[in-house]
Amino acid sequence: METPIIQIQNLAKEFKTANGPVRALQDINLEVSAGEIFGIIGLSGAGKSTLVRCINYLEVPTEGDVLFEGQSMAAMTDAQRRTTRRSMGMIFQQFNLLAQRNVIRNVCFPLELTGVPKKEARERAMELLKMVGLEDRAQAYPAQLSGGQKQRVAIARALATNPKVILCDEATSALDPNTTKQILELLKEINQTMGVTIIVITHEMAVIEAICDRVAIIDQSRIAEVGAVSEIFLNPQSAIGRKLIMGDAGERAAGGTGSGRSIRIIFDGRESAEPIISNMVLACKAPVNIMYAATRDIQGKAMGQMVVQLPKDADGAERVIDYLESIKIPYEEVNGYEA
Amino acid sequence: MKLDAVTINMLKTGIWESFYMTALSSLFAYIIGLPLGIILVVTDEGGIRPIPWLQKILGVVINLLRSVPFLILLFIALPLSKIVIGTRIGSPAIVIPLTIAAAPYVARVVESSFRELDAGVIEAAQSMGASTWQIIWKVFLPESKPSLLLGAALAVTTILSYSAMAGFTGGGGLGAIAINYGYYRYEPFLMWVSVVLLVVMVQIIQEAGNRLSRKSDKRIR
Ligand SMILES: Nc1ncnc2c1ncn2[C@@H]1O[C@H](COP(=O)(O)OP(=O)(O)O)[C@@H](O)[C@H]1O
Ligand SMILES: [Mg+2]
Repeated sequence: METPIIQIQNLAKEFKTANGPVRALQDINLEVSAGEIFGIIGLSGAGKSTLVRCINYLEVPTEGDVLFEGQSMAAMTDAQRRTTRRSMGMIFQQFNLLAQRNVIRNVCFPLELTGVPKKEARERAMELLKMVGLEDRAQAYPAQLSGGQKQRVAIARALATNPKVILCDEATSALDPNTTKQILELLKEINQTMGVTIIVITHEMAVIEAICDRVAIIDQSRIAEVGAVSEIFLNPQSAIGRKLIMGDAGERAAGGTGSGRSIRIIFDGRESAEPIISNMVLACKAPVNIMYAATRDIQGKAMGQMVVQLPKDADGAERVIDYLESIKIPYEEVNGYEA
Repeated sequence: MKLDAVTINMLKTGIWESFYMTALSSLFAYIIGLPLGIILVVTDEGGIRPIPWLQKILGVVINLLRSVPFLILLFIALPLSKIVIGTRIGSPAIVIPLTIAAAPYVARVVESSFRELDAGVIEAAQSMGASTWQIIWKVFLPESKPSLLLGAALAVTTILSYSAMAGFTGGGGLGAIAINYGYYRYEPFLMWVSVVLLVVMVQIIQEAGNRLSRKSDKRIR
């Protein structure tokens, strides 16, 4: 098997603050393969930004190591780390463009740092601006651009040095849904045409579903689970995973706040949920209570799931389960979930 | 007391002396203060090259110098002028105490300009592998240019008003005229004329600073 492009090994990060130490990351082990789009999702304060900053050693981990193409970042000198960083572009929620430089000079900036001759740098920058669809705004200043345009400039800038990896820290969190979609499509295109590995940090499941191949869920400084996005969507193992996928409603349903049993039904999202439920109610002659239902588009594949409360009487509940078995719809009892 | 030719000539000389004392002191104050301001920010605990002990010592020295009243600093530093430029009286002599008083002030003004900079932009530069020097030259200085220009207007006007105290130690300039005529000879008219001229100079410097700052700032448009 090929060496993963990034290996995070037993990584921990502790911040010393006035109120004592803060453990931002603990026991982090992850591997990202070359060419994949890897998502890291978690709630605010979970440690996502700290983790992404540890990947390019902007933040030096307290314990553990990050291997980039098999090379230990911990063992590198500062100068070597700076060189390695040039293989890892980074984009941010707030874009972080240089406000006093126009668009093309922003894209030239990383090339300037490595001493690329000005003319060559400008040509490369123009190429990239074409790719992100902003060649006509080369002379504009960041203040004259929309959020989506700023992020495109930031993406062009991040690509200038031909990096192997792009780290995105909440890159779409400041954008409206439409612009978010366009930026995600651009990232996907970059991944597919240039083979750049992309690490996407976000608190939004929709972002993960839209472009990621695999995802790690981070909760309270630790990795709660890692896996293919479709698998985690269908069968989240952790409480935080269920919360992120089904939202609060799903969590309430799964938490079994109501009396009786609840089950989660998974179905092909191309079918609608209603026929399944109405047929089930008809066949079983028992009412069920729908707690949560959603269909999602995961990497172009439609998937749906629903949480329903079973009838209160044991007989009715049995009939529903028998019915689901008979029509071969996957389901899972969810009462056992710890909140 | 009227504005006859002799008086007008004296005022002209006063303007020129105030101007060059201020200009020279500002220049030297920035030559010393700008690097100090950079060091204050860069070596701070959360800075791009933390050296906390150096930052703390520098901070204390700057605060010490800033807390000495200028008039006292003037008398303490004049012997130094004697050593450096051979005289302790007159306008050139005051450039040295002015510089000593202004450099720490400039350092703080520059420091506060740099602190306004968005930490995210510095992080972005670091993520591209920028070295400390590259961040200073290509991020700190150009990105805070509008703020630095505003700070310069503040620093230069302050230096101009300090320079007015040169009159107490045999220096020249508009301040000296105001002191000599108004304070020692009870001729309020000339004192007020000098004061008005000083006010005008302050206004011009401040306005120039504001305009240059606005013009250089690409964030407003
Ligand atoms: N420089 C820092 N100093 C102290 N605590 C920090 C620092 N950076 C992050 N933290 C703490 O680490 C935790 C994780 O923060 P962060 O990685 O920014 O979370 P996320 O990006 O997932 O919202 C938070 O509790 C935060 O307060
Ligand atoms: Mg964050």
